[in-house]
Formats: sequence, structure tokens, C-alpha cells
Amino acid sequence: MSVVRIAWLIARKDLRIEWKSRVITNQVVPFAGVTMVIFGFALDANTDVLELVAPGLVWLATMFSLLLLVQRTFSVEADDGALDAMRVAGVDARGIFLGKAIGLALQLLVLEVLLLFAAVILYGETIRLDGAVLLVTTMISATCGLAAVGTLYGGLAAGSKGRETLLPLLTLPAVAPVLIGATRAVESALGTGVAELSDGWQWVSLLTVFAVAFGVGGSLAFGPLIDE
Amino acid sequence: MTTLDPNTTDTADTATSSRSTGTKATRAIGIAAAVAMGWLVLFGLVLSPADVNQGESVRLLYIHVPTIWIAYLSFIVTAVASGMYLFTKKHSLGWDRLAGASAEFGVAFVGLTLMVGAMWGRLTWGVFWQWDARLTTTALLFVTYIGYLAVRRLGGSHQQRAKRSAVVGLLSVLLIPLVHWSVVIWRSLHQTASVLDTDGDIDMDGTMLFTLFVGVVAFSLLYLWLVLHRTRAMAMEDMLEDRGLDIALAERRAEGGTR
Repeated sequence: MSVVRIAWLIARKDLRIEWKSRVITNQVVPFAGVTMVIFGFALDANTDVLELVAPGLVWLATMFSLLLLVQRTFSVEADDGALDAMRVAGVDARGIFLGKAIGLALQLLVLEVLLLFAAVILYGETIRLDGAVLLVTTMISATCGLAAVGTLYGGLAAGSKGRETLLPLLTLPAVAPVLIGATRAVESALGTGVAELSDGWQWVSLLTVFAVAFGVGGSLAFGPLIDE
Repeated sequence: MTTLDPNTTDTADTATSSRSTGTKATRAIGIAAAVAMGWLVLFGLVLSPADVNQGESVRLLYIHVPTIWIAYLSFIVTAVASGMYLFTKKHSLGWDRLAGASAEFGVAFVGLTLMVGAMWGRLTWGVFWQWDARLTTTALLFVTYIGYLAVRRLGGSHQQRAKRSAVVGLLSVLLIPLVHWSVVIWRSLHQTASVLDTDGDIDMDGTMLFTLFVGVVAFSLLYLWLVLHRTRAMAMEDMLEDRGLDIALAERRAEGGTR
């Protein structure tokens, strides 16, 4: 079986499990929503400040949710030793990596759209039509990077006990460039503060390079990382 | 890969025959490091002059600058050793231990750099921390390698540990330029004038330059000495673990035999 076919099958399986189990709608989305509300508490519900920092808060909430989604997507595999079984069956690790990453990326994208709406409703953010292309491109490129890093370290942390605590320590510093880049690009797209629309595109190039680097690096490194 | 196979456990190391991690060479390096440190104290605190702009706080830089240089060096050593482990046929655990030992002291030295830097910043800039590109990158580097050290402690066989940490070690190298790039554009967009100007390019006084040189020599020797000992200590730890496993297995076998 080709790598692409494996990736497609795994992504479809993951999304189907998520669709059936409703963990995302029942737990992860509410968690992300609560995060957006408590950011409001922390910043004293000051709408001027909230509107200014909304892009950063959206991405921060995305990253916290990413940690949950990664743990979720690998606990599905680790519970029945499915990951080991796939490796023993000779399934290409690159295919597993890409499949898990694609499934994760699609879930993240849905979550980001919801969080953006939450920012519009809760923080009074406005979405401009002329920034729409930049906004969508940023979200896609940033999500690919996040999904690649999440899958990579999720695979490493999956399995034996006590490793779950390692996931945030490895993931958060690694996605720091995405947090910086995506926040600035969304600021440009939404026109918060003094951000110019044209400033946003240089961040998209950073996000794209990041996604490609960790996409390629991850698919090569994933096999050795999950081998037990 | 099991730890029971004597060919793959690779515990045969120069230091394992003795009970100490010291040899004649390390003792010589250790003494040289101690002498160089004494020299650094003498030059850094007594013989070198105070700076025109920074005053006495300039003396902190004789620790700050050498430690970050050695930290960079140690992360390079970690990366190279990780690559050597992964890409050589033998997959020698010696490379893995070198990578681990070097990363440990790299983290320690970056920690020292950040601490001393914060003190220097408080004295010179009036603040402990600046969201400057170099500082931010260094802080992320610090956290990234703490993560690497945590990965080393995940458990499993020695070869598993070695493979896993070598991959993470190489991924960390991939991360550094990306972090640096993002932070550099971020700060250059937002910061109009860098506060870092205050350490401006003063023509460095000869004694100061020499003191800095002494610092680099002293910390290099210290790093070398520490890494040699730590690598050997790690080899002993690995051997002890294997031996513990062998003894436990022998006991279980004996129990089975008497029953």
C-alpha cells in the first residue's frame, strides 16, 4: 500500500472515530470556549485590550486544545496497542504520521473557526473581507505546522504511563514560532492595532516553511520515535 | 532489541574496568580547569578595569559570554553525536552518552548565562528581561533542551533511549533556526530602538579582551572535564542497570529451579 493510501485510510478512520465518539464536541470545544471566557476574566473584560490581543488568545486556546486533541488521537491508538500492531504489520510509519497529522489538522481547523467566532462574539473582533485570503492562508499553514509537531511528539509521548506530562514540555516550545507567526498574521488580517495587511504575508512564508520542515522531518523521524 | 544480548548492550568502555570515572588525563584537565578558573577570578575581579559605561557590572560578562559560547558548542556536540549515533552502522551507545552528557552541561550553562544576563540587565538596562530576539531565542533554546533531557529519561532499553533521544536531538536542531527567524522578524517589526545599544561597541580594552579569553579557556576546560566524567558515569549507570537485570533474571531462574 502506498504512503498516501495509508495516510488517507488512517485519517478517515480517525475522523470517523471522532465523529462517532463526540469527544471533540462534548469536551474539547467546550474546553476551548471556557479558555476564551477565562481569558476575558484575566484581562478584566476590558474590551479594548481584548480586541487588541484576541488573535493571540485564539491561537493560545488552539494550542491548549491541540494538546488535548493529540492525547486523544494517540490514546485511541495506544489503548489497544494499535500503533504497535500497525508497525508489526509492516505499515509504513510515514503513512501513519501523515494520516494522524491530516486527521488532527482537520479537527484543528474546525476548532479554529469556532474560536474565531468566539473572538467575534466575546471580544468584539471584526473580520474584514479584504483580509479574508490572508486569514484563511494563515490558518491552513499554521494548522499544518501544529498538526505535524503535535503528531510527532504525541507519538513519542504515547504508550507507557507518565509520558503524557512530557507532551506540553516538548510541544509548546516547538510551536512557539507558529504562535508568534500566526498571531501576527491574524492581527494583520483582522487589522487589530497598527498591523498592516501587507505585513501578514511574510509570516505566512515562515509558517509554510515551518509546516514543510516539520512535515518532512516528522514523517522521517516518526518511525524511529514510535518503535518500541 | 533486548538488553540481554551482550553484543548490543555495549557497556565495554574504558572507564568500566575501574570504579572511578577519573583517569590521568581527566585529572590533568581538572587541575587545568581549576587553575584557569582561579586566573579568571583574578583577572575578572581584580586586574581588569571597570567599564566606562557599564561600571563594575561589566565583570559579569566574563561569565555571561563564555558560558553561552560553551553552551552553543555543547548543543553542536549533542547534534553531531546524535547524528553519529543514528547514521553510523555500529549505533554505538558511546555517541548517545556523549550527546546526553553534552546536553546536560549545555542546559546548565545556558541557565547560568540567563541568570547572569538577567543580573547584568538589571544593572545596565534597569530590567531583568528584554523581549529582544537573542534573549527570546536563548530562552526557548533552554526549554527545548530541557525537553530533550526529559526524553532521555523516558525509560526502555539503552538502544531505545539512544534512538529516541538522537531523533529528538536532531529535531531540536531543526527548530533553532525557525525559532530564531520568527523571533527576529517579530522584534524587528515591533521594537523601534533596541536597548541593546547600551552595550555599544566600545573599543574593548586589552585587559578586558584578555580576561574574556581567559574565561573562554576556563569554561572550555570545565566543560571538557565535566563531559568526560559524565559520559563515563553514564556508561557505569547503564552497566549497573544491565547487571541489575541480569541478577534479577538469575534469581528468578534459581527460584524456578528450586521449585
